[in-house]
Amino acid sequence: MIGILASVVDGVLVGAVYGLAAMGLTLIWGVMNVINLSHGAIIVLGMFVVYFLTGATGVSAYVGIPVVVVVGFVAGIIIYWMSVNRVIGRPILMSLLATFSLNMIIIGLATAAWTTSPYNVPVSLPGITVQNYTFTGTHIMAAIIAGAIAGILYLFLHYTRPGKAIRAVASNRDAAELNGIPTRQVLAMAFGLGVALACVSGALIATLFPFTVLSGGAYQLKSFVVTVLGGLGNPAGALLGGIALGMVEGLATPFTPVSWTPIIEFGLFVLTLIAFPRGIFAFTKA
Amino acid sequence: MRKGFYLLAAAAFLAAGPALAEDTVTIGFTASQTGKLNNDSTSQLRGFELWRDDVNAKGGIKAGGKSYKVKFVSYDDESQGTRVQQLYTRLITQDKAQFLFSPYSSGLVATAAIISEQYGKVMMSIGGAEEKTYKLGNKYLFQTYTGASQYLAGALDVLKHKNPKAKIAFVYEDDPFSKAVAQATRELAKKDGFTVALEESYSSSTTDFGPIINKVISSGADALLGGGHYADGSTLARQLHDQKAKLKWVTLLVAPDSPNFSKLGDSAVGISVPSQWEPQVTYKPDFGPTPAEFAKEFTAKYKIAPGYHAAGGYSGAMILQHAIEKAGSIDPKKVAAELNKTDVTTFFGKCKFSTDPKSHGLQIGHTMVLAQWQMKDGKLVKEVIWPDNAKTANIMY
Repeated sequence: MIGILASVVDGVLVGAVYGLAAMGLTLIWGVMNVINLSHGAIIVLGMFVVYFLTGATGVSAYVGIPVVVVVGFVAGIIIYWMSVNRVIGRPILMSLLATFSLNMIIIGLATAAWTTSPYNVPVSLPGITVQNYTFTGTHIMAAIIAGAIAGILYLFLHYTRPGKAIRAVASNRDAAELNGIPTRQVLAMAFGLGVALACVSGALIATLFPFTVLSGGAYQLKSFVVTVLGGLGNPAGALLGGIALGMVEGLATPFTPVSWTPIIEFGLFVLTLIAFPRGIFAFTKA
Repeated sequence: MRKGFYLLAAAAFLAAGPALAEDTVTIGFTASQTGKLNNDSTSQLRGFELWRDDVNAKGGIKAGGKSYKVKFVSYDDESQGTRVQQLYTRLITQDKAQFLFSPYSSGLVATAAIISEQYGKVMMSIGGAEEKTYKLGNKYLFQTYTGASQYLAGALDVLKHKNPKAKIAFVYEDDPFSKAVAQATRELAKKDGFTVALEESYSSSTTDFGPIINKVISSGADALLGGGHYADGSTLARQLHDQKAKLKWVTLLVAPDSPNFSKLGDSAVGISVPSQWEPQVTYKPDFGPTPAEFAKEFTAKYKIAPGYHAAGGYSGAMILQHAIEKAGSIDPKKVAAELNKTDVTTFFGKCKFSTDPKSHGLQIGHTMVLAQWQMKDGKLVKEVIWPDNAKTANIMY
């Protein structure tokens, strides 16, 4: 019994980080109807930022998180003005192609620079041991940071002027423009935020698991599942979706071979699309 | 003026003539320069390259009164079977490779072997241990490694010695090689009276072993056998340590053999690995360098000690060279006939290929050792612990 509980707790801890990754994806979709196919590559960028930061300065990976946020935000704004701005409001295929090509460029350059060998960010935190099961400190810390960032995002979107502007643009861009909101800048800011969230989740994942330049694909896929669970365009739902996914994984693994996890995951994805096309947690729309 | 130019050009061409006429033998292969097999494949590639440089420095391969300089044509297979299929076809049809080395890993070797057999090209298989590929009636495929079913036999011997009632968890990568090893070992373990407490395979891209480790703990296992390749094996070792799995014995395939494994620090201590070769072995070679000479030359060039993938690469290439020299020709049929007769010892150990039509090319001469990472004077070292007559340190259980 304690084994099942340990598995669920582990799942929830990791799920919170997946939720954070999905928040970036869902924020961008919710505000500008762009599905960011470079999401995985951006997660990997976050991983490498924290890798080089800890390597070069010797600071703890957690101290590096604010730097990752800033780097991600600036990178997001640059990406927005370079490729996304031109395709907003155009057919969806154009934004898919624009972000997919960006994905290929980032992965290509990163492979040339860093190869596809595995990298590790060495972090060591004391864990909590209950009977024979140990919850590692890094997992607990990552979940706490993911929760804190989700909370800050919620406060930002609901209680600050720029946050309210983002929500206004998301709900009706023309009306927002008529009210004097500089929508292009707001869109750029939202994209920057989305990318920063993806980068931070990448940095947190890097403290848990080894990664390569090609790791992003798997996390992007998970982000899509989480996003659908949580409702597309809904950041708070994404966090809940991530935790729910982690919980399901944790519940399933003691009873089924681990290789079945993706089947359960994507089965859930299809079922959600059929039963709740707008997402299970759509009622909490931010 | 123009006439003069033509004359000059003709003279230059003639002058270049003898250089062009130099005999070369082209060997084609793919290496996983990117993707998850990168670490092990790179070691193998270095073994090939060191051999090529050695041979060319000595004037090339000597056969039938001629000297053939060795030329490599190679591509990055991205650790993917589909790329291997395209690239081996290209190596044979466009690049006119006369001989082939296999890519790294059983899955990719199986794919490449289909192409090499179709075109009747001799392929030295290095890093393809799964036996199934050699039981399909191939004629030109030759395996230099000991087969997969033998990989964990040594680990079982150690367990029989230390804890005959051990409960074993099999946790292995879901790829042809690791599956073949695990299935063969599980049967052996049952025969030996061990309890199989858990059997779990994981996808090659797994980075989160948390759920599996929880299952291992729940199963009450005291030994874990399995793993797969470098990326997953090193992660599994690290997370077993982080989650304090308290296993008494862990043997993982492939990963712990890499010198890079020592970067794991404390997580590496006590982890054992079946190895095709270790620098400390004392084989007396019939030809080529001794184990110590090879290790010294490799370390001088690459600033890292060779693991068995590097040694396998060098020795596999050397076996091909030996067969070409014996055959006195680069005709694939004649070379294959010489390979069939091969029964030699190199620094890598014994080498003999099965000539039974049902398992043609399967390695039947080579044997393995079991190595373990141990802490000595505050430094991590890999010691040979099994079999007894080859050991350099006692077993740490």
